Amino acid sequence: MSSRLAQGGRLIDRGAMREFTFNGKRLKGYEGDTLASALLANDQVMMGRSFKYHRPRGVVASGSEEPNALMGIGTGGRFEPNQRATMQELFDGLQAESQNHWPSLEFDVGAINAKMSRFFPAGFYYKTFLWPRSFWEKVYEPIVRQAAGLGKAPKDKDADSYEHLYAFADVLVVGGGVAGLTAALEAGRAGARVLLLEQTAHWGGRAPVDGGKIAGEEAETHVANLVAELEAMPNVTLRLRCMGAGVYDHGYVLGYERLTDHLSDKSGPRHRLWRIRASQIVVAGGAIERPLSFAGNDVPGVMLASAVRDYAVNYGVAPGDRVVVVTNNDDAYRTALAMKAEGLEVPVILDARAAGGGALAEQARAAGIRVEAGKAVAKVLGAKRVTGVEVCAQNGSGSTIETVACDVVAMSGGWSPIVHLWSHCGGKLIWDETHAMFRPDPDKAPTGADGKGFVLCAGSSNGALLLSEVIVDAGRAGLAAAEAAGFEAPVAQSWQVDEVSEIPLAAVWLMPAGASYDKRAKTWLDYQNDVKVSDIQLAAQEGYESVEHAKRYTTLGMATDQGKLSNINGLAILSASLGEAIPQVGTTTFRPPYTPVSMGALAGQGRGETFQPLRRTPIHDWHESHGVQWEPVGHWRRPFCFPKAGESTHDAVNREVLTVREKVGLLDASTLGKLIVKGPDAGKFLDLLYTNMMSNLKPGRCRYGLMCNENGFLIDDGVVARIDENTFLCHTTTGGADTIHAHMEEWLQTEWWDLQVHVANVTEQYGQIAVVGPMARQLLEVLGTPNISKEELPFMAWADRVVGGIPCRIYRISFSGELSYEISVPAGQARALWEALYEAGHGFGVAPYGTEALHILRAEKGFIMIGDETDGTVIPQDLNLDWAISKKKDDFIGKRGQQRQHLALNPDRWKLVGLEVADGAVLEDGAYILDAGDNDKGQRNMQGRITSTYYSPTLKKGIAMALLKGGLSRAGETVEVTRLGTTPVAAKVVEPVFYDKDGEKQNV
Amino acid sequence: MSDLSGPAPVLALGGAAFDGYVRVAEEPLRAMFTLRGDLSAKALKNAATGLAAVDMPGQGQVALNGEHCIAWMSPDELLVMTPWDEHAKALGQLDATLTDPALNYTDVSQARALFSLSGPDGLVREVAAKLAPVDLSPAAFPAGSFRRSRIGQVSAAIWMPAPGRIEVVCFRSVADYVFTLLRDAARPGSEVGLFG
Repeated sequence: MSSRLAQGGRLIDRGAMREFTFNGKRLKGYEGDTLASALLANDQVMMGRSFKYHRPRGVVASGSEEPNALMGIGTGGRFEPNQRATMQELFDGLQAESQNHWPSLEFDVGAINAKMSRFFPAGFYYKTFLWPRSFWEKVYEPIVRQAAGLGKAPKDKDADSYEHLYAFADVLVVGGGVAGLTAALEAGRAGARVLLLEQTAHWGGRAPVDGGKIAGEEAETHVANLVAELEAMPNVTLRLRCMGAGVYDHGYVLGYERLTDHLSDKSGPRHRLWRIRASQIVVAGGAIERPLSFAGNDVPGVMLASAVRDYAVNYGVAPGDRVVVVTNNDDAYRTALAMKAEGLEVPVILDARAAGGGALAEQARAAGIRVEAGKAVAKVLGAKRVTGVEVCAQNGSGSTIETVACDVVAMSGGWSPIVHLWSHCGGKLIWDETHAMFRPDPDKAPTGADGKGFVLCAGSSNGALLLSEVIVDAGRAGLAAAEAAGFEAPVAQSWQVDEVSEIPLAAVWLMPAGASYDKRAKTWLDYQNDVKVSDIQLAAQEGYESVEHAKRYTTLGMATDQGKLSNINGLAILSASLGEAIPQVGTTTFRPPYTPVSMGALAGQGRGETFQPLRRTPIHDWHESHGVQWEPVGHWRRPFCFPKAGESTHDAVNREVLTVREKVGLLDASTLGKLIVKGPDAGKFLDLLYTNMMSNLKPGRCRYGLMCNENGFLIDDGVVARIDENTFLCHTTTGGADTIHAHMEEWLQTEWWDLQVHVANVTEQYGQIAVVGPMARQLLEVLGTPNISKEELPFMAWADRVVGGIPCRIYRISFSGELSYEISVPAGQARALWEALYEAGHGFGVAPYGTEALHILRAEKGFIMIGDETDGTVIPQDLNLDWAISKKKDDFIGKRGQQRQHLALNPDRWKLVGLEVADGAVLEDGAYILDAGDNDKGQRNMQGRITSTYYSPTLKKGIAMALLKGGLSRAGETVEVTRLGTTPVAAKVVEPVFYDKDGEKQNV
Repeated sequence: MSDLSGPAPVLALGGAAFDGYVRVAEEPLRAMFTLRGDLSAKALKNAATGLAAVDMPGQGQVALNGEHCIAWMSPDELLVMTPWDEHAKALGQLDATLTDPALNYTDVSQARALFSLSGPDGLVREVAAKLAPVDLSPAAFPAGSFRRSRIGQVSAAIWMPAPGRIEVVCFRSVADYVFTLLRDAARPGSEVGLFG
């Protein structure tokens, strides 16, 4: 059984008991435990069921590479699936549940899949469910989804908060083992600003477990000394529980800091996403031990050799009482020695190398441990727990020589440097034959804008596996990084290292070398996605020669662990099947993040109230307290209408329209873009931007203008007011304020840099209130506004006036066809002016109106709206706006575009018309106008479309604007307009101006 | 519209404040003018220095004297600030100095919302660093530094008038968004300790 040892455990505090639950069962552990170590201490070796076959699975590793021990952690708004028990620190009240089993972990119905595994080979789904095609969506997929899958998706809204942090460093070091600490120390001593991230809660990595002495000190003491020196350096920042998740272009790195996952108290942000810019990045992530591929290597109790000693040394936990070690290298002997030192039984070490091991093997023998060279595991015995192993010769087909009883198999197939972060941004790898591993190719680093490398690897990440090599390599990397970041680097400190020498491993990709099909079909490569040696071999046999294809066909390495344990073993099997060398087959692509990060961390502050900016006009709060119904317009909120108690939206809109037509209405027009164009060449500049002439506008006057892009298509419209000789104010559409500002700046900065013009966006400096309706003048006069008669302030003029004691600028412009004053007022006084107008208008029956009434009012007048009548393919001529296109000007943006034949000479352009239905019905928005016959695809021909359609309360009937082939030349004709789900309706082509055709009402 | 009589202008958020691990506060109105033109033009320099009574700032800098300041915005743009009660006087001065139409000023006082972060220097810096992609370390961002950047998803300028204080200006329409972000970033329990 697995249990807590009587003593030891360098990371736990035996004085601090912690209670937690696993599948509802109350268990105890210690402060400093991981969930995995605490479960092992409670003899809970089986921690989940596998993805496809629902096989019992136990913890394999002790770190972030763990594929099996995935848990649902927390409840409700704090539930999160697929969390690795090896990375989850224990806290009081932690609630964990295992995944992918029904009805229980111990007894699982889905395990029948395992009995059927012969019928679920690689590509099974592709082959089986292809036919009949219609069955996939309705029958196969729901069943497959029910049977497979890991954690459950959370059901409740995330209860936690998250944040981002921007950080900068000369040298960023990822990984806080001895390599990372040494590299950080050298870079720090050179004067660089250093940021050091470690994903676990502890500094030092593997060194304190693996032993060796540095500068005469035990590794643990040395680590403490390094940390103390680094902490004392003002230019060095150290972060625990912060993973370097991904390396991107230009030295951009994401760090993933977990702030409360290890605490009972969940207040404060849960995760913090560090968005780091680093001049140089040192990757010191260490290496990952590889499993060995033998039959039954997924039975709970089969673990990585390093993990077995981690649990003993770090947490005082024995994963079992009798540990068989199986290895192809010297390092795993350390596990046997550590177990023996704890008083556990090690019945045998099976060393697949024919010649056996080196100095460590001697130590093992000296400790009385039986060591067998050239031997292998033929098969693991047991189902939910290891009960023993059958031993065979490594060379051969696996005939059992003897059976050894045990409850743990500690396996080691060698080590793979963690090259993920090196590879994220394009760093290349080379195959190291001696150590049977891919390591970074120092000549092919990921390069920055200067063509030079910006990532270095240090220590085991760089392929240095011995402590002495690690320390030398890390010092070199730290200094090289500082130097590349522009610091003068001294000579690296040399350290005295005492360690046991090791002899090379022998590459062992299959155990035994000639394993039969039965064995290979029980030999797991990818625990998390249930991919076996036989699956990869089948893929190769079926022609999936590329490692990327084999990966996708078998799903090897595609689970949440991204194949940290399985990729190298899998591609070795693939290369052997293909008869190619491993480097020829190559690896799959390493992509960020290194391990999964929470969606919350990525979103950061971008959720809830601050999901996206909401723009408010200075009068926003008044609208809110007066029953507004909002409409999102870009990031703005604009009033759609103001329904009174019991009033429908439709009725409110109609009332607002009639109020404007008959009395007076107030519109918050603050969102309209306001750009000041100023300079000696301002007139010339505007003549180039607008289709019509602006330079001859007189100060004090306004003119409607159109703006096109280079292709001649309409992009914006609005009223331009000339303020003085050198100054114009250009109104843009609400959506156009920023884009037209940018459009102007671009032309000024890239093409017409010789023009003396400056543009300022003053959209937000002013509130703008439209006072509209036949009683508008009387209303302003009540507020004591002087000199606003037709003569003193005529239509299309502007003037500065004091309204209700507030100095304003009034534009006599109208988008409704009524008498209209648009009043511009400094933003901080806009609300006061609005309230003054609202109160003074009481006697006139004033009402605020929203965007829908605005739209109806303009449609009744046949005024176009950018985005309704235009869609980026419409030229002004299509909208009968030829009058607004100057023929006198040499050039303007869009002029040449509009002269192209298919625009200028095409009689079939869809052009603006009005449409009316005989019974006054309202046409559907976006409906098409049918033409005779079908096109070559058998679809009905079209000859136009509806661009705006409303019920006009003024005219008491439906009105519509449309683009129709041939345009107004077809006035009087009847056309057919589509309706959804029913027959088309007949509509008559009319002028698009439905109300006050001569424009008398606005000009009073 | 240079005459600003009438009711006193109201702030976007009415002077909102939050006492977190640093204090976040909407600041009273300040007169702000965008000056555009050749920054080496004597008239432009005179206009700016005449208002703020400080020297011209270098690139990425703000020259300060209390609430008076000149901030470098771009190779042809300055932002000049004065206390609000000097607004009318400043307009008159600018009109008188900037007679060359190639030099240009715009009153943007009310287009903006102004916030301050105040407290221990390192903490003030890190609250800003949660929202703006700016190197806010004391070495890279000493007092007198000025950056046009963003806060969350919107444009903002941030500067450091003095140790322990950062000021942020954004567009008025997004005042509530920016205040909410700053407030949340300053919530006790979310301290980072990035700057000592």
